Amino acid sequence: MLLALPLLKRVLKPTVAPSLCNVFTSRYSSHFSYFPDTVPESMGETQRLNLFQSINNALDTALATDNTAVVFGEDVGFGGVFRCTIGLQDKYGKDRVFNTPLCEQGIAGFAIGVAVSGATAIAELQFADYIFPAFDQIVNEAAKYRYRSGNLFDCGNLTFRAPCGAVGHGALYHSQSPEAYFAHTPGLKVVVPRGPIKAKGLLLSCIRDQNPCIFLEPKVLYRSAVEMVPTKDYTLPLSSADILVEGEDITMVAWGTQVHVLREVAELARQQLNVACEVIDLVSILPWDKETVFNSVKKTGRILIAHEAPITNGFGAEIAAVVQSECFLHLEAPVQRVCGFDTPFPHIFEPFYLPDKWRCLSAVKKLLNY
Amino acid sequence: MAAVAKVSWSVINGVRRGLWRYNTILWSLNSRTLCSSLEEQPNFPGSRSKWTEKLDFVQPDLYDGIPVYRVMDRKGNIIDPAYDPKLGEEMVVRMYHRMTLLNTMDRIMYESQRQGRISFYMTNYGEEGTHIGSAAALDEKDLVYGQYREAGVLMWRGFPLDQFMNQCYGNEGDGGKGRQMPVHYGSLAHNFVTISSPLATQMPQAVGSAYAYKRAQNGQCVICYFGEGTSSEGDAHAAFNFSATLECPVIFFCRNNGYAISTPTSEQYRGDGVAARGPAYGMATIRVDGNDVFAVYNVTKAARHITITENRPVLIEAMTYRIGHHSTSDDSSAYRSVDEVRHWDSTQHPIARLRAYMVSQGWWDDTKEKQWKDDCKRQVMQAFARAERRQKPCWKEMFTDVYDKMPDHIKEQYEYMQAHVQEYEDHYPVKNFAKESH
Repeated sequence: MLLALPLLKRVLKPTVAPSLCNVFTSRYSSHFSYFPDTVPESMGETQRLNLFQSINNALDTALATDNTAVVFGEDVGFGGVFRCTIGLQDKYGKDRVFNTPLCEQGIAGFAIGVAVSGATAIAELQFADYIFPAFDQIVNEAAKYRYRSGNLFDCGNLTFRAPCGAVGHGALYHSQSPEAYFAHTPGLKVVVPRGPIKAKGLLLSCIRDQNPCIFLEPKVLYRSAVEMVPTKDYTLPLSSADILVEGEDITMVAWGTQVHVLREVAELARQQLNVACEVIDLVSILPWDKETVFNSVKKTGRILIAHEAPITNGFGAEIAAVVQSECFLHLEAPVQRVCGFDTPFPHIFEPFYLPDKWRCLSAVKKLLNY
Repeated sequence: MAAVAKVSWSVINGVRRGLWRYNTILWSLNSRTLCSSLEEQPNFPGSRSKWTEKLDFVQPDLYDGIPVYRVMDRKGNIIDPAYDPKLGEEMVVRMYHRMTLLNTMDRIMYESQRQGRISFYMTNYGEEGTHIGSAAALDEKDLVYGQYREAGVLMWRGFPLDQFMNQCYGNEGDGGKGRQMPVHYGSLAHNFVTISSPLATQMPQAVGSAYAYKRAQNGQCVICYFGEGTSSEGDAHAAFNFSATLECPVIFFCRNNGYAISTPTSEQYRGDGVAARGPAYGMATIRVDGNDVFAVYNVTKAARHITITENRPVLIEAMTYRIGHHSTSDDSSAYRSVDEVRHWDSTQHPIARLRAYMVSQGWWDDTKEKQWKDDCKRQVMQAFARAERRQKPCWKEMFTDVYDKMPDHIKEQYEYMQAHVQEYEDHYPVKNFAKESH
């Protein structure tokens, strides 16, 4: 049906009223354009992978290089609802890649226990929207294990993976970005990749990091984000933000899908307003790379932070608070945040909810005209 | 040609159908029914039972309840000598020593809280049998996940009195570096995972560790202690289900002591206690007199064997009674009669019953009792004095171990506080804290 649709569009276009046309096109078009990364030749051989394939590759690598590693969650056995674990059970066996009963608090508690005993646990929550039954185990147990035991025990060999973010039709319970809840918990690491190359390296870093990590995967990028991903085993630094576009006029910070929205906004700003924006992918929400952001703000004096999660107490609030505290005298305008509204994530109203490029461009103008 | 094809096809089909019926008869016989075809049994993927045309609910009072296994009577006499584990004088005396040492430590530490020397304490009165009986039946390398009322397990494994006290005082000798409230013990050396306050969280964790142990083929099992109140938590359900479906060598040991703070069991559950839930999850289950140290020993030993040899979980529900208050923050006379408590303190007490057995074996008498009581008290008082004198850890330890390595943002916060404390030194209890970390 999906494949027939472009055909349908072409057939309908000349004879059907434009408004109806838009109904057909807009339901399947996304609010962003994907900006792929590239890697230097020194990274060696590469292969064309999308996001779920690169994650699959990372998991494959983890299982191959660590005999104690196990991957589990709901439906991971047959390949997972987003195909991230495809082929892994056949390759590594049912004792290493397996389904759990439908119980997020059980998955999280079980994962902690695996890690406490020294094995490497890679747990999948089927959607970030369903991470909340596991909240107690993650926040009260995993995050505090090392601290409360005086470093006698820890669950450092633990990584949680969950698909997050807007997907076009996910509504309240298939679109959430819960990073802010976990950013408030010392002891956790929270990481959000923007594409396949970053995802493979960051996920392997999380798996090998000696702290419990939450790896949030923007689900809308699973198929649409395609890059030439290095085939070798590589890791990428966790608490390091990336400057994707350099500029002297506006600092723009985001993570995950929103990075691509901002890259388009940067181009629009250059074309329409003759303004050079510096686009930063924060990469890690916790701990986050303050230095890169501060250096940028001290250069530009203007900052826009954008995220899909609701604005009140979203992670943008933390960045805004610290930026005004550390860069106060450098600021030429108040910190701007363009975020989801303080409503649950709606279904039919998604085009109005998202912090899209027009709202971001409007915020850029506000920053310039202050 | 077509006719021939038709005939041979019906012959083939007839043979196929015959084979099919033959197979289903065999299958039916194997499933212990006398059905002659597949249609007479339900074939839903979710269940393996029989049809019925009688509309009958399975009522909760279907049976009298899972019986309570015991070895001794209430006074400490062995009922059937065949089930006396015959542990020998040395082992039994050691069991008695540990139970009474725990009891003595409890009395002194409870008092110390009352005197404001430590902030909080939880006693184990009445449940010493569950701790010592089960701990003695395990291997010392079996991993223990506790709730908070299992100090006797640590006592059995040789966790020194000093270490108990250091944790309660939060001094620089505490392995936990002073971060948690008293009685939140932990010891890597004794394979006892550090206690945390949230209830039942340890249960699915125990299952995960057991799974890892199974994969590692290290010959160890995991035991997970919890109370009957804790069994109401969602994590308990998760743990039971995961342990059975993922086939984990874990012993779930429920201390059913009658109360969850003030909530009696009649307000905690309506079914036949915790044990009745075991078979529902697919677990081997037994109920035992938790105040009969030999019964607890026997069931734990048998449970361990099942988990190790068959890689499947076992549920033990040890019936006992919480003689003490829930904690130093509780006064249980607010919700139960003093008579009830006195009854349990004076009859079927695990320590008294074991003593009776020892006396009947000629291994114990009043002289030994007095000597040991004095020795106990002296040991505890000396450890107590040592712990009270020690400094607290260097307060820098407030900032360490959040992550494996201290990240920049925490380092900045420590440096800020260091400067602040220097400026306002008179307002912080700096003198009680060690100058440097060890």
